[in-house]
Amino acid sequence: MKKFIIRRLLISVVLLFFVSMIIYTIMRLMPTSYVETQAMTLSQRPGSKSYQEWVDQLNMQYGLDTGIVQGYFKWASKAIKLDFGDSWYFNQPVLQKFGNVIWYSFALGLAAFVIEVLIAIPAGIIAARKQYSLADYAITVIALIGISLPSFFFATILKYIFSIKLGWVDLYGIVSRMHESMSDTGKVLDMVRHMILPTLTLVVVSIGSLMRYTRANMLEVLNSDYIRTARAKGLSENRVINHHAFRNTLIPIVTLLGGSLPGLFGGAMITETLFQIPGIGYTFYQCVTQGDIPFVMFYMVFMAVLILLGNLIADITYALVDPRVRVN
Amino acid sequence: MENENIQNEEMHLDDAARVRVLSPGMMVFKRFIRNKLAIVGIVIIVFMFLFSFVGGLLIPYSQSQVFYTTDSILKDYAGATAIDQYQVYQADGATLPSDIYSKTLIASATGKYVFETRDGSLLGLGNVGDGVYRIFSVEEVNKLLKKNAAYDEAVAADKNFFEDTDGTTYVFQDEGQAFPTVYKATEIGVAAMKSFTPFNKDESLSFEFYRGALVASADGESSFEADGKKYAVDGDVITLDGADVALVSDVNFNAANAGVFISPDYKETAMAAIDAGQDSFTFPDEDGTEVEYRIENKNGQYTFRRFQETRVIDTYAAPSAQHWVGTDANGMDLLARLMYGGRISLLIGFVVIFIEVFIGMIIGGVAGFFGGWVDNLLMRIVDIVYCIPTMPLYLILGSIMDYYQASATTRIYMLCVIMAVIGWVGIARIVRGQILSLREQEFMVAAEATGISTYRRIFKHLIPNVVPQLIVFASMGLGDVILAEATLSFLGLGIKYPAASWGSIINAVNDSYVMSNYVFVWLPAGLFILLTVLAFNFIGDGLRDAFDPKMKR
Repeated sequence: MKKFIIRRLLISVVLLFFVSMIIYTIMRLMPTSYVETQAMTLSQRPGSKSYQEWVDQLNMQYGLDTGIVQGYFKWASKAIKLDFGDSWYFNQPVLQKFGNVIWYSFALGLAAFVIEVLIAIPAGIIAARKQYSLADYAITVIALIGISLPSFFFATILKYIFSIKLGWVDLYGIVSRMHESMSDTGKVLDMVRHMILPTLTLVVVSIGSLMRYTRANMLEVLNSDYIRTARAKGLSENRVINHHAFRNTLIPIVTLLGGSLPGLFGGAMITETLFQIPGIGYTFYQCVTQGDIPFVMFYMVFMAVLILLGNLIADITYALVDPRVRVN
Repeated sequence: MENENIQNEEMHLDDAARVRVLSPGMMVFKRFIRNKLAIVGIVIIVFMFLFSFVGGLLIPYSQSQVFYTTDSILKDYAGATAIDQYQVYQADGATLPSDIYSKTLIASATGKYVFETRDGSLLGLGNVGDGVYRIFSVEEVNKLLKKNAAYDEAVAADKNFFEDTDGTTYVFQDEGQAFPTVYKATEIGVAAMKSFTPFNKDESLSFEFYRGALVASADGESSFEADGKKYAVDGDVITLDGADVALVSDVNFNAANAGVFISPDYKETAMAAIDAGQDSFTFPDEDGTEVEYRIENKNGQYTFRRFQETRVIDTYAAPSAQHWVGTDANGMDLLARLMYGGRISLLIGFVVIFIEVFIGMIIGGVAGFFGGWVDNLLMRIVDIVYCIPTMPLYLILGSIMDYYQASATTRIYMLCVIMAVIGWVGIARIVRGQILSLREQEFMVAAEATGISTYRRIFKHLIPNVVPQLIVFASMGLGDVILAEATLSFLGLGIKYPAASWGSIINAVNDSYVMSNYVFVWLPAGLFILLTVLAFNFIGDGLRDAFDPKMKR
């Protein structure tokens, strides 16, 4: 087991190296209009250097003057020491900005994740137990609609109904205008209120795949020999489902859920942007549109790490919960 | 079943009439069409194709045709200002100095009627009364005023000029002596705070007319003679033989638009309305229809505004017979844009999936079939591509395309290529896994044992067994691609104006005013995306069930 994890970790590091290199190459293609604007402002100060000198100096400062390969190693040697530079747009260290915004994303992701699990797994099991029943069809269709819903469209509908027509919640933001004058509990509740629609969007958009996954697995388990044996033994249907089938269904589901845990830190870019939740996704969106290379670079690598971590966790949990895998 | 058995008891068990033998493909097809959801999906997709491709041909509009509408907008028609400066009418052949206006104003205020202008000429004003002055070019003369009847008469009438018996006009200025200084005067103009409007707009009025009218109105006479004609003064209107000739008013009118003639009748009506303190009045236009004019008063400056038909871009027009779904922010027909947008969305979906399947099948197939280090290398490449966060990457590439100002068509091609280059890894994994498991199966061992060529083993035995999975994956992947393209276009980094896509149509909701007031702009496009993606998922689901009947127990 230890060997397995170490081997996977080493592979992940190698993968990360190549992935970050590709990302860096693409980033270097990004317009550096930020540098040019900055140089223009600086050169217009009285007694300042010329525009071209400023451009050169800023490019050197940001490590943009070297070739892509050199530049990459320069970046990587700093990144290993967790020095990702300063965000151009926010004018503060990337990691500091990251620390400020990540918890909004995590709270949003976690809330959506918990609700999703609580609804999707029972629904998937019900659908599988009563295959081809009305409930099964309803759950399948709902799951497919969730998968097919563009998140921006669903978010717009939610905003239209609940913010504009009913006026229950605000259109944008994480706090309301009166936030500062509220009591501590009020502040928390205010934020929770603003999280309702984004969470709902995330749940509906992502619940479908988990539901279908649960259903498919449960169907497979229900068709297996040991379930037939359990039924032949004369066990009650409830016991068959809840003890024999459910536990075995959990194996792939736990793997899937474990693998998606790192993703909770990744932020939901579109949902956050639409509701202007100041999480990592919205921050990233702002940085992309502003050409803030250090932050975008950091976020991309961070996302790649999360994906690798997710795969790693999925593999490890799979080996943990299913002893049959460990043999191979 | 039992009834059939009884009926067919004479037949052999394998009689072709008894057991209908279906090809595997036919069986898949039969299972597929029995799936209601899949049929719904097929119907939706067929509709979407007809809508986008045939509808785009039928609709009379193009996707980037801008529509205009006429809208009545309150526009300035005319302005009126109370005249607070002397209007100077110049005598024929005379030239007036440029500072005549200010000098007249000063002279009339101080009572010093003889003054020198900037260019050195000496001018005198003849005070007719009622704010009307005749302007003379004067030179000082020695003239005895004693016992001059005309002078006495002028003094009695409180005037400062007189016409002597020989026809010469004299201006006199009292400078505190026994007799005023006398100037010999030649008339060069007349000044008054009044303006004239001829009733016949082509008619130009002569100086003699101006002078006669002004003097007559100042003297309170009811008629005057000019150019050999006898005009009558009727209040503000001057008539000749009963026909209106000109209107005299102390308000200056000017039209807001060049070339508009403001008739004296209009002025009269407007003046009456202002005097009565009304804030609007009606006046017939050229066709005789009554038009309402609103009066706005701004520090004695009046503006008359009326609703005027103006041609404007028909933005956010509500659905109507002409535009079934309304128009968007650029005044383009939304139905046409939905159709052309559907073409692009569907086309991108199919092109991307085709490229993905092509790359994925080759790489996955090679990796799975050859195994060993080839497999290892290719799968690590797949892992690397798989690790790149897709949506952020699309965003970055979109902004790069923005920077290089890629044209709408280039963007579409680039989008296809980018999405395919990122998306093939899923297919490669599936194909590889499938081939790995198929390779070990008995039929492949048998195929190898019969000694048929590698080429035939791959294309006759392996590929057909991978195809079902591929079709399922492709039909579900189509939905994902359309969704990704829509999201990208929604964020403004995918398909761009003037080309349309469903995502870029919904982009309008970024303006929350549009979101709350023009639901017809974004709702149809969103529903179309939802329905199309849903339909592809239904079909994919149905295909999977049809190909893999084991799940159907």
